[in-house]
Amino acid sequence: MARITLDVNGKRETVDVAPDTPLLWVLRDSLGLMGTKFGCGMALCGACTVHVDGEAVRSCVKQVTEVADKRIVTIEGLSSDLSHPVQKAWLEEDVPQCGYCQSGQIMSAAVLLAANPNPTDEDIDNSMSGNICRCGTYPRIRRAIHRAATIMANGGAS
Amino acid sequence: MIGGDFGRTALVAGTVVLIAGPGLRMGDSLLRGEGPAPADGFVAIAEVLKSPRCVNCHPAGDVPLQDDEGRLHTMRVQRGPEGLGLPAMRCSNCHGRRNFPAPNTPPGAPNWHLPPPETPMVFQNKTPAEICRQMKDPAQNGNKTLEELVHHLTADSLVLWGWDPGPGRTLPPLSQPEFARVVREWAEAGAPCPDDDA
Repeated sequence: MARITLDVNGKRETVDVAPDTPLLWVLRDSLGLMGTKFGCGMALCGACTVHVDGEAVRSCVKQVTEVADKRIVTIEGLSSDLSHPVQKAWLEEDVPQCGYCQSGQIMSAAVLLAANPNPTDEDIDNSMSGNICRCGTYPRIRRAIHRAATIMANGGAS
Repeated sequence: MIGGDFGRTALVAGTVVLIAGPGLRMGDSLLRGEGPAPADGFVAIAEVLKSPRCVNCHPAGDVPLQDDEGRLHTMRVQRGPEGLGLPAMRCSNCHGRRNFPAPNTPPGAPNWHLPPPETPMVFQNKTPAEICRQMKDPAQNGNKTLEELVHHLTADSLVLWGWDPGPGRTLPPLSQPEFARVVREWAEAGAPCPDDDA
């Protein structure tokens, strides 16, 4: 076991875990942040996506010691009041069906839009292809990302 | 049934072929047990470069390859403008700084990436001579000197991962120390490229 200090959603958190523990289980089991989901455990589905220094990292295969000096943001920390443009767009487009994959989808979409504020359909397909939705909400995800881009272009207003 | 001197000769020759591996043509020096001569060295180097551990990140297209079969990387992974992938689909989003300790998970090494699109350094479907010329050309190798090229081949952490790839992945046909020796000898001999038919 090792005592590791993390920066999660702007708070410093110290956990006592095995050094090779996946970040996902530290978030869920040690810190009680249950919004990030376990899907495959092999970085194949994207359900566990969180931000690490602004990148869309698959937390199920990221050993916690690799992120000890990084800024981690989970779905709980994307905004405090659902005001992030991607969250607004997701609500307006009523994207989720079962919802299980959606925190990962939102976190990946936010990274895409931070890098590319006006993505094409192809840009969206390329960047979102690591996030699988068993319910097949892909058309709504794509619409919501375009809507989020518009919200961002309007300074945050829908 | 194989018998007599012919049979013994055939068995010895067969053993050499098995050691060298199919298609490996290192010349007479290998048959004498001396390792490849510098002139043949790049053929041996290319056998390593053409192994899945190297060629998978040196593909002919803009999609990396996977596994020993060289399948296109799942999830539409692409090279991207810097060889680091695309937003939300960067190599390092899944590939950590070291192998993940569970089976069938993404392997890891520092700075997991492909060559950038301007200098893709393609190994797939290339002959040893083509790879050699490409690798020595500063316009195609990222402006590397021969010394820097040798360092990349023998000491780069991502290249070294090829000999520590985690379970379920074959190793290159030469050991890492043997590969490093052949690379250095090839460079010291003036880095000759093999003939086009090698």
